[in-house]
Parts: sequence; C-alpha cells; structure tokens
Amino acid sequence: MTSVTILDWGLGLAQGMLVLAMALAAWRMLRGPRAQDRILGLDTFYLNGMLAIVVHGMRTGSGLYFEAALIIGMIGFTATVALAKFLMQGEVIQ
Amino acid sequence: MSRLLPHPLLSLALTLTWLLLNAPPTPGNVLLALAVGLAVPAVMRALEPRPVRLRAPSAIARLIGIFLYDMVRSNIDVARVVLNPRPCERRTGFITVPLELREPAGLTVLAVILTATPGTLWVQYDSDTGCLLLHVLDFTEDSDWEARIKDRYERPLLEIFAGVSA
Amino acid sequence: MNGAELPIWAACLVVLLTVTGAGFALVGALGLIRLKTFYERVHAPSLGATLGMALILCGSMLLLSLIEDRLVLRDALIGLFFTVTTPVTLLLLARTAAHRDRFEGNPDAPPEV
Repeated sequence: MTSVTILDWGLGLAQGMLVLAMALAAWRMLRGPRAQDRILGLDTFYLNGMLAIVVHGMRTGSGLYFEAALIIGMIGFTATVALAKFLMQGEVIQ
Repeated sequence: MSRLLPHPLLSLALTLTWLLLNAPPTPGNVLLALAVGLAVPAVMRALEPRPVRLRAPSAIARLIGIFLYDMVRSNIDVARVVLNPRPCERRTGFITVPLELREPAGLTVLAVILTATPGTLWVQYDSDTGCLLLHVLDFTEDSDWEARIKDRYERPLLEIFAGVSA
Repeated sequence: MNGAELPIWAACLVVLLTVTGAGFALVGALGLIRLKTFYERVHAPSLGATLGMALILCGSMLLLSLIEDRLVLRDALIGLFFTVTTPVTLLLLARTAAHRDRFEGNPDAPPEV
C-alpha cells in the first residue's frame, strides 16, 4: 500500500461521488417541476462539475485545471443570475 | 494618502489576489502586483463605490469564529435532515426579522453569512422598513431564530460598520 | 500521478479531506432530490458550496503544496469567489420563486414583508 495507491483510489472515489451528485442535479434539472427547480439543478450541476475538475487536477497533480474550474464558476454564476432575472422579469438587461 | 490610495482595502485585496494567482512571489511578480493594486482602484473611482471603513478588529475576529462554528454545525444539521429516513417530524417556514443594520456593506456580509450556513435562506429584504424575510429549514432545535440572528450576527456587524452611514 | 514521494499520512489526510468534502456535496445533491418543496430544496446545494467545497479545496491546496514543495494557495481564490457568488444566485432564485408564487397566488407562497 503506497501513497500513490491511496491517492489514486481515494481521489477516484471522491470523483465518483461528485459525478453521482452531478447526476442527481441533472435529474432535478430534467424533472422540474417548475422553472426555478431546473435553474437550481443547473446551479448544483455546475458547482459539482467544478469540484470534480478540482479533484481531477489533484489526481493529475498539475495546476492547469485551476483555470478551468475558475472559469466554470464564473460562467455558471453569470448563467444562473441571467436565468433567474429572466424568470423574474421576462428580460435580462433592463 | 487619499489621492494615492482612494480605496486601501481594494488595493490590498487586488495585490494579494495577483500574488496568489502568480504563485512564487519573485521580485517581478511583487512589483506587478503592487502596480495592479495601485492602478486599478484609480480606475474604479469613475464607478464611485461607497467607501467602507471597518472598526473593531476584535469584533471581526469574533464574528469569523462564530461564522466558522455555525457553518460546520449547520452543515451537519442539514445533512442529518436530508439523510433522515422519516422526513415528517420537522417544522419549516418563513420568519420575519426586523433589522437595525442599514449599512449596505454590513447587509452584504449578513447575506453571505446567512446563505453560507445551510438551514437559513435570505429571501427578501425591504430597505424601507428594514424587515428581512428568512426561510428556515428546521425549527425544532432552538426555536428563537430571531434572537439568535440578532445576537450572533447583527450585533458584531453593527460594531464593525458603526457610524459609517451616519 | 506524481505523489510517489509523499508520506503515507499525508496521502491519507488528503484523501480524508477530499472524500468528506465530496460526501457533503453528494448529500447536498441528494437533498435536491429528497426534499419536498422548492424553498426546502434551495437549502440543499449550499451544503456542497460551503463545507464540501472548503474541504475539497483544503485537500487540493495541501496536496499541491506537498508535491510542488512550496505553499500553493491559489485554490483559496476559487473558495473566495464561490463564497461571494453563491449568496447572489440563491438569493435571486429565492426572490424569483417568491415573486412567481405570490403572483400566481400559490398556497405556499411566502408572506409579504
């Protein structure tokens, strides 16, 4: 049992759990029942996707995935805010 | 001082962010970070952000401690609620809390705190009456949420941001 | 994978932090499925956005610091960014839901402030 094996299996397990969380969020996104539920599902989906990318960056031991995670966070935030504003007022920019 | 550094907190935050992004703090990186920290707030002056002044460092430290403790505890509480196989014995609902805090920066920090502790959700704030509408997931544990929010969060925030808006 | 020179205790600590964080994120997503009304469900994702994310980022910072043999704190920026943005999204979503429910006169609409 070396540290490489421990890291590989442990981080793989964490990735699996995050992918399962993404699947649950996607179920809520597809199922609804109302539009705000779908947006909440999308928000959870990208949050867990971002965490999965961070864990992938840990597995490969490179810092390159940091930027990807940060950009997913920014785009997801903008998307959720725009969608929520659209639901509230029927237009995004006022 | 105020001409060179119109927003000292913003300058500090920008410099630290730049240094964190460009990890090993070589002399060149430090120089660039300082340049960014000095130049960007001058550009921000066109947007006229409200000046924010912080008081009472001991209150800040205490608030951070309370916040970290409450975050961990409420995370565990909500996880227990979700994993509970019998989901019926739980009272959930809305409460209205009249706030004394009027400073926008203080309200922002309060919103971050209330959202980052799962179990409480900030729904709406009316700036005319100062009333805050909250959704609480689980009333069972201790029922006096209003006093809890006022004692634990609002009082230190009033200390920290005291006298700025007046 | 280049963690060969890592001591066993460090690997165990990193795995413990990351798996616990992923567990909180998973429980949050499970809450999205299990809770009954929308206002209850909004509480669930903040589980992953607070403690889940904090634990995973701590694990990542610890691992990268040990591998690169210097203090790597970049991931704290992700944490800072999400801590600032999550309240905005959840607050807007809750307000939107409240607005729509009041407009349609649903029985579980929140009371007026």
